Amino acid sequence: MVGLMLREWQVLLRAKGAILNPVAFLLLSTTLFVIAAPDTVSADAAAGVLWTLVLLTQLLALDGMYRRDFDSGVLEQTLVTAEVPFVAVLTRIFMQWMSTGFIIVFIGPWLGVLLGLPVAAVPDVALALALGTPALSLLGSIGASVTVGFSRGGVILALLVLPLFLPTLIFGAGLVEGAGLGRSVMPEVYALSLISLVALAIAPFATLAGLKISVEMQ
Amino acid sequence: MLSASLQRLWHKLGSPRWFVALTDGWVTALGWISLVLLIWGAVWGLGFAPADYQQGNSFRIMYVHVPAAMLAQSLYIGMGVAGFIGLVWRMKLTDVAIAACLPLGMVITALALFSGSVWGRPTWGSWWEWDGRTVSTLVLFFLYVGIYALREAIADQDLRARASALVAMVGTVNIPIIKYSVEWWNTLHQPASFGLTQKPAMPSEMWLPLLVMVLAFYAFAGFIVLVRMRTEILHREMGARWVREWLQAGGTR
Repeated sequence: MVGLMLREWQVLLRAKGAILNPVAFLLLSTTLFVIAAPDTVSADAAAGVLWTLVLLTQLLALDGMYRRDFDSGVLEQTLVTAEVPFVAVLTRIFMQWMSTGFIIVFIGPWLGVLLGLPVAAVPDVALALALGTPALSLLGSIGASVTVGFSRGGVILALLVLPLFLPTLIFGAGLVEGAGLGRSVMPEVYALSLISLVALAIAPFATLAGLKISVEMQ
Repeated sequence: MLSASLQRLWHKLGSPRWFVALTDGWVTALGWISLVLLIWGAVWGLGFAPADYQQGNSFRIMYVHVPAAMLAQSLYIGMGVAGFIGLVWRMKLTDVAIAACLPLGMVITALALFSGSVWGRPTWGSWWEWDGRTVSTLVLFFLYVGIYALREAIADQDLRARASALVAMVGTVNIPIIKYSVEWWNTLHQPASFGLTQKPAMPSEMWLPLLVMVLAFYAFAGFIVLVRMRTEILHREMGARWVREWLQAGGTR
């Protein structure tokens, strides 16, 4: 378990692009949005814009989630030799979250401020992202595991994964909007926690099944 | 005794050959039942049910819209259940069921969206509103399209079966979450006035034809799914001897 974490951590650190690309994409797409539609820079629209961009960032990062290990054969070895493949999958999902969601938790709120949210809402926005992004990594992992064997899996990945992201988007944006308006955000906090926990219960098993299918496809 | 015979039926259902023999009579029966119910419900609902005191005659779109929307969800849940059975018991037949439900589900979901749009024009004043139920039905359509695209992308029959079973199952777990999250988020659509547990919020002359139409749609779906499944089985087992013998004996009576 510790060895696995260490290995994943080293892989993550050595592939700097894995960390920098999502951040760069999020910053760039926010900038594009503000340039293309200056009127949306307001507390009302910021919640939806921010969460949509987070979703797209996550989608972009998902495509490569299992790609390298799949191509090099490490994935197959892991599935065959790991004492508990379940744990290996969960570790990978956690590390994927570390390289996307975890960073977004720190950057996202300030992008929200750029998009017109009050500075007072920053802690709540960070909370929304902290509770919601694990669900994105977990559910996204299912789609990534099934499509990793396709040479052009991007569109299918989006079709499979974006509908599953919808509840997170709705409650995440609801939380951010509520924070902007200064009302209680507890309902959304509970809803987001629920979604992430349900995803945690389903995703590792489904991912494992998906990876086995993909490895056989090779 | 009962459990033993149920178990035998279960094993028979798992065998393509038995399935084709077993459902021989069902196809014809379901076909006739759905035809009769469709004509009966449509004539009763469109011609004889009283006009709504607020919506006038436009409410009659309900007789297509409501059954289509119910069926759209049921077919997806059916695919999820089939996927679950297929993954757990490795039954060949479940993938045939998914393959049969998928195109029908897509078309019925599109019909629900279209008829809802046509109904929205006179009652809401616009063809399309980003209402909660509209959005969740649209997402349901995307879920169907996702599985369809996935199935197209995988050439190997066994792997395609497992992948689409997995995705259908995960999608089914998510359907209630998607449905309720979208509905809480934004609602213009009237709440369902038709359910198993409460008394319908309309007179019986209006909901009885609807009940007939709902049954008609389900019978029709059963008919189409069975026909497609049988065709698919015959196609997959093309080389088997029983298929040749069965076809030479005259096929469907």
